[in-house]
Amino acid sequence: MLIKASVKRISALLGFSLVNQTKIITAAAELSRNALIYADQGKFKISVLDDTRRKGLQMIFSDSGPGIENIEQAMKDGYTSGHGMGLGLGGSKRLMDEFDIKSAIGVGTTISVTKWV
Amino acid sequence: MERIPILKVGQYLLITIQVDLHDKMILALQDELTNMIVKTGARGILIDISALEIVDSFIGRVLAQVASCAKLLDAETVVTGMRPAVAITMVELGISMKGVHTALNAEDGMELLNDILHRDEYAHDFSAIN
Amino acid sequence: MPSTVTKTPEIIKKNEQEMLEDWVKQQKKVLQNRIDHLSESTLKQQCKEFLNQFQTAVQSGEMKDIDQSKAWDGVRRFLAELSRSRALASFSPSETALFVFSLKQPLFTLMQREFKGEELANEIWTISELLDKLGLFTTEVYQQSREDVIRRQQQELLELSTPVMRMWEGVIAVPIIGTLDSARTQAIMENLLQEIVDTNAKLAILDISGVPTVDTQTAQHLIKTVSAAKLMGTQCIISGIRPQIAQTVVHLGIELDNVITKATMYDALAFALARRGWHVQRVNGASSSVEKLARQTSNMSGNLP
Ligand SMILES: Nc1ncnc2c1ncn2[C@@H]1O[C@H](COP(=O)(O)OP(=O)(O)OP(=O)(O)O)[C@@H](O)[C@H]1O
Ligand SMILES: [Mg+2]
Repeated sequence: MLIKASVKRISALLGFSLVNQTKIITAAAELSRNALIYADQGKFKISVLDDTRRKGLQMIFSDSGPGIENIEQAMKDGYTSGHGMGLGLGGSKRLMDEFDIKSAIGVGTTISVTKWV
Repeated sequence: MERIPILKVGQYLLITIQVDLHDKMILALQDELTNMIVKTGARGILIDISALEIVDSFIGRVLAQVASCAKLLDAETVVTGMRPAVAITMVELGISMKGVHTALNAEDGMELLNDILHRDEYAHDFSAIN
Repeated sequence: MPSTVTKTPEIIKKNEQEMLEDWVKQQKKVLQNRIDHLSESTLKQQCKEFLNQFQTAVQSGEMKDIDQSKAWDGVRRFLAELSRSRALASFSPSETALFVFSLKQPLFTLMQREFKGEELANEIWTISELLDKLGLFTTEVYQQSREDVIRRQQQELLELSTPVMRMWEGVIAVPIIGTLDSARTQAIMENLLQEIVDTNAKLAILDISGVPTVDTQTAQHLIKTVSAAKLMGTQCIISGIRPQIAQTVVHLGIELDNVITKATMYDALAFALARRGWHVQRVNGASSSVEKLARQTSNMSGNLP
């Protein structure tokens, strides 16, 4: 809930349209829930990117949970190892402009997503 | 824990979701709704989500599950008041909410439930004639 | 560690008042017809602020990497803001870059007075190079800001180019004319969904008879629009699918299962009205009375001299 509030405020300040704000908050909800469900905990970092040409919002979710064995499979719509719909990862990728996932068994998972204004 | 109130109006159960949902809250709501349908013999459920700023895969799944459960207990579910930005995001995410009826606002939702139940009655009459 | 030592900041500080006046005068000469956008006091304020930032940056000794280095942050930020506001106020690129370049004359006059011989040559070389870089920077930001303006205008045009019309109580329609790209379909989708809320429309007609071709992406955007409307509680009807587009859709294997399609806008409207429980009927004898009226008027005109 804290994550949601801060993502909302920052994306609004950056000038994202209402639709894009909604997309960003939803992606944040998906990825933080994943960390909570599959890794019990996680870290969240939000930053504003600015290369004088354009501004963007970057969110990084990292956990030290079990890691994902087969990333390609996990990204597929409909794949779930639990009781979900298997839409969180693939969906977040569609909702954002950039999506980067790193995961190692026994070490954890780090997902970084960016959307440009 | 805060609970979401369920209102009984005629043969319908009405729920207005006014706050951001915690996972536990919505799971509790799902349980309570199912029990209420059986207890009250309700024929329809109306869930108004006009206050929700996002619907993620979890809430989407629960709404669809509520509808499937209700259907098994002979009740129809209509979700009302979804905001445009939420709808666009849900489509992009890939959630379709099969089996859930939708309407623009609670009033339309009630009308829709009435129509669906009437249609069922007509179908009934029709089979009786044959 | 300072890569170049320059004494220029010192002489600027010493003669700041005189130089400011000179510099402002220079600019006013060229910016005459812009003075309405820019009061003299604002201009003076801007010049003063720049001189401050410039002196601080130069004193850091970092003269090479002014596009990146921290020491020049303040100068860059100030110039970016200035270029942006001038771009929005329709200044030309040269009028914008003038801000930096017009500093050369007053500054060099001053340097000629204060420095001699080799020192003068070195100082002028260093400062001139710096100002050229900064001038270039303002032009770049200017360009970028103009592009932003154009992009925004394109977006507004997109929204204007597809009006949503109220056809009947609870029925709206969007006649789409011209090529559909992703950006435009996106704009149409957002427009349409908002209009659905505003008019409480139960049915929405998307007429694409004016769309020459449809590619996979566009078709998918259309389907997404239909799905999003459905989630809100509104049924979409797509009308006017051209034969080629129908073939494309089938060829691409795009599912139009839960979409209602009608041949023409006319059919779509008739369907929508029926769906909403309306029944349209011609008033009995209406056609004959209209004919009578027409005959009378033609008689009248016949009687005119
Ligand atoms: N942080 C994580 N750590 C370990 N495994 C993960 C993590 N995130 C996702 N996974 C794995 O990837 C699978 C797919 O994730 P995704 O979010 O797409 O779907 P889901 O969580 O199963 O369902 P949904 O998100 O639709 O409710 C998960 O079932 C899980 O096995
Ligand atoms: Mg998930």
